[in-house]
Amino acid sequence: MKIFFLFGVWWFVLVSAIGLLYAGEQEIDIRRTIEPGNTKPIWVSMSGFTGEAAQVLQFDLYVQGFGFTNADAAQYLISGSNNGNLQGRATDRFNKSSLVSKAYSGASLRRQAHAFADDFVNAIPQHKGIALTQIAFKNDTGRNSEIYTADFDGHNAHPVTMDNTIVAAPCWVPGRKALYYTSYKLNHVDIFHQDLLTGERRPFARHGGSNMSPAVSPDGSKVAMILSRDGWTDLYVCNANENDPKRLTRTPEDESSPCWSPDGKWICFAAKLKERRSLCKISASGGEVQRISTVGVLNPTEPDWSPDGKWIVFTAMMGSFEICVVPPQGGPVIELVPGEDPSWAPNSRTVVFARRTASGRNLSLLDVPTKQVKDVSRVSGSNSQPSWAR
Amino acid sequence: MKLTNFSKLILFGLIVTLPAVGCRTKSSYLTGLPKTGTTGSVVDSGIGKALPDDGNKVKSDDVTGTSFADPNLRKDWPRDREIFQADTVHFDFDSSIIKSEEKPKVAAVADYIKAHGSDAVEIEGHCDARGTEEYNRSLGERRALALREELIRLGIEASRVDTISYGEDRPAVAGNDEAAYRKNRRAEFVLEKHQNLVGLNSPVQNNDPNK
Repeated sequence: MKIFFLFGVWWFVLVSAIGLLYAGEQEIDIRRTIEPGNTKPIWVSMSGFTGEAAQVLQFDLYVQGFGFTNADAAQYLISGSNNGNLQGRATDRFNKSSLVSKAYSGASLRRQAHAFADDFVNAIPQHKGIALTQIAFKNDTGRNSEIYTADFDGHNAHPVTMDNTIVAAPCWVPGRKALYYTSYKLNHVDIFHQDLLTGERRPFARHGGSNMSPAVSPDGSKVAMILSRDGWTDLYVCNANENDPKRLTRTPEDESSPCWSPDGKWICFAAKLKERRSLCKISASGGEVQRISTVGVLNPTEPDWSPDGKWIVFTAMMGSFEICVVPPQGGPVIELVPGEDPSWAPNSRTVVFARRTASGRNLSLLDVPTKQVKDVSRVSGSNSQPSWAR
Repeated sequence: MKLTNFSKLILFGLIVTLPAVGCRTKSSYLTGLPKTGTTGSVVDSGIGKALPDDGNKVKSDDVTGTSFADPNLRKDWPRDREIFQADTVHFDFDSSIIKSEEKPKVAAVADYIKAHGSDAVEIEGHCDARGTEEYNRSLGERRALALREELIRLGIEASRVDTISYGEDRPAVAGNDEAAYRKNRRAEFVLEKHQNLVGLNSPVQNNDPNK
């Protein structure tokens, strides 16, 4: 009986598919579908660049979903030279249009190559270059950890703290002018605010218990964080220029890792609900906690909401650690690559994450649609908890 | 060309049909997920199930908790890490529940604090490295808070119990096996000695467990 039913289903599918196929041949589908983990790279060919300039361009484009091929198979043709300064051209092979043709001067050759990568990517509709962006991360040297900032590829890394203790969980203020992070400097777990231009810093949250996991709202006006000052680890939100944390959750369970929706209305975080580790969201002005279902994986944690609002990237702890995405309303999860603590780039397609190796953690970049991954340049020590400046 | 499409179509048909067959063998595509081991405490992945009865809404438990003293109050008090060394409490994976065999240690600490009315205690929460970092920082704090509640239950004033979470950043032992993990899932008690003459005689000791 069941077998007959299955045959019926099969034939139904077959017949409808034939119908669709013939209907489909009438028009050419020109939309480029962007599906996490299942999208083909955009093919480019590159010629004329050498050494560091060629390496930088390849790295920059690869982590933004481009693949390299020869000129007669590519959609975009990139050419140029880097004798002294860098010159670059890019054309669309299909409609023969020129996207960019430019000579660069000043700064380093590295920076010129990044600038050209951005000019090319920005010329493609619905794309936003990230080659001149920055990341912050935790660098653990064994006994202590400090916060570093670097170019998005890990180059030009500089420490921004020298506390000689545990410093963790950096988070950028929009506009790259300042960072929030957790430091144990005062023999206590406190959240600090540090101005990156003046170097000035101040304790932002120093309440009884532990003050953890700062997350700045997209407009910079509020900070979500995990405090235990009232006796349990709960989610709080505070105005950036005041000291008036408002308690949003009231549970004995351990909430962690808040992040904001791009419109600033929601705070997403990890919590234990009814004995089950879940992603949750709550209105930034308070209200009921809502579960975000993550069908297919266990123990979701460390959410980060994409700037375009379409996906939440997070870590699933399932013996190993997996970088996953789920729509903000919840649903089936797309598992991408092994890793933890992902943070979205401003382009809403690349994420930086940490990967465990035999010698500690290392940062990598992942282009979510194509699943293309590259390691970033490492600072001596264990690099983790990356935060992408947006 | 059409023939190729047709063979693709047959494949497509098969692919669409297969899950229907798979239903009878219940989520066969999930065999890759560990059922126990490091995610032992989670038994329900929720896969293929409807949302709980209350849908997406989860009512907060409305637990008030017990507030802390000002963190500056005992900032410069000398710390004694030795005195409660034997009383380190260990926890199960992903758990902050105080096991019954650990409760006598908490009682011993409570007795000491009761007998030394001007001293206070700081509880350090620690985790093994199998969680992510901020998850562990919250879990470590949750472990310290569980012990704090127990001390309060045993009659210690809330204002005399501080907590600090080190997450996975200060393991007791190195290593990536269960023996090491078991030792690292812990909370340590540190005595905060009452100090009136701050900075006169005794140097301020660093609170960091490994200094």
